[in-house]
Amino acid sequence: MVLLAVGCGAQAAVLPEERADLLYHSYDGGGVEVTGPSFLVRKNVGQSWSVFGNHYVDSVSSASIDVITTASPYQDDRTETSFGVDYLRGRTILSLATTTSDESDYSAKSLSFGISQDMFGDLTTVTMGYTAGDDVVGNVTDSSFSANIDRQQYRLSVTQVLSKSLIVSAALETITDEGYLNNPYRSVRYVDGGSATGYSYEAEVYPRTRTSDALALRARYFLPYRAALFGEYRQYRDTWGIDADTYEIGYVHPLGERWIIEARLRHYNQNAADFYSDLYPFQGAQNFLARDKELSTFSSRTFGLTIGYEFAKSGWGFIDRASLNLSFDRIQFSYDDFRDLTQTGYAVGNEPLYEFDADVLQIFISIWY
Amino acid sequence: MNPSITRLGCVVLGAVLLSACSVEPWVKPYERANLADPIMSFSRDPVSSAYMNHVREVREGARGAGSAQGGGCGCN
Repeated sequence: MVLLAVGCGAQAAVLPEERADLLYHSYDGGGVEVTGPSFLVRKNVGQSWSVFGNHYVDSVSSASIDVITTASPYQDDRTETSFGVDYLRGRTILSLATTTSDESDYSAKSLSFGISQDMFGDLTTVTMGYTAGDDVVGNVTDSSFSANIDRQQYRLSVTQVLSKSLIVSAALETITDEGYLNNPYRSVRYVDGGSATGYSYEAEVYPRTRTSDALALRARYFLPYRAALFGEYRQYRDTWGIDADTYEIGYVHPLGERWIIEARLRHYNQNAADFYSDLYPFQGAQNFLARDKELSTFSSRTFGLTIGYEFAKSGWGFIDRASLNLSFDRIQFSYDDFRDLTQTGYAVGNEPLYEFDADVLQIFISIWY
Repeated sequence: MNPSITRLGCVVLGAVLLSACSVEPWVKPYERANLADPIMSFSRDPVSSAYMNHVREVREGARGAGSAQGGGCGCN
């Protein structure tokens, strides 16, 4: 493919825009609140190099359904820092990036490499990427506990111009994990006639390997009156038996010279992992045990709206232009085989199914220079 | 890799490569004003796209092939 790419083509690729973004994010749903900033700066060095740095913080306050039924509410901070460099040579961009993430009981490091090639008169861009990650899992209640995860990600994407107004993209990603893949605090429940509630808890047990494949198809279409329609479909499969589909459509509409409004709808559904159960018939019923709602059968629907206002369009000091954006997403989760154990007075296994709504808010300012 | 996904991916990639190699560029550089408009970018705001990808990966079993990919866009 790379040889093919070198053999065709006509026009140079370009480095990413020089810009800085400061974002405040807030997630509130299902007893979990997560807030924090994210700051991204990208700067060119000469004609061929572009460097970036990103600092991101999650301040978590969790009283989720898992926490209140089997543990205690907690607060924690996660800090993530990324640095990267892109090198442009003709029609090729080479990329290298590193990310570190730390919280009280989990740390992660990753190194990413990418190569992107414009070809066929700049109508096609092929991108390949590889990421190696190394996570260390801890436990705040047991300082002697430490376990590792090795993660590898392989990416391939093709972006294709189909007409003066239509661009499409196909992206494939395979991710392989090996190591301690479950949560040291989470439990599963099983039927226990000797318990007052009719059930008891035992620690979850996950396989030590997981491989997943995802294929995403995206399209954007420019409408004659300067607006854009976009759509996406993603198919997902993994070796734990989870199949998932994602559908998204959206519409971007500029108003005058300064305002941009985007509206989007997204649907997501998945079936449960093979070894998942809301209620096991007895203790140690299987080799692998999971009652994590993210591994259950469920669907979610998202409605999102973003409003952007551009200012300093004629430049201001070293700034070429800037924008202020407000983004809101409402996500509705409905679970098909994960039950709400905070509801009492029901027979074991007949509790109401769990559902919750989450509100996601982003406020961010972007400057180009 | 899942065979159906692999096959579909290969078909899409092969079709793109074959069609692009056998045809003269049908959209000239001077005809790309619409495509160059920021509203046509797959990731107009990378810091926001990366955040939403993170929210979804935490809340969903599925992962990967997101619009905000690492290794160059600052979206790891």
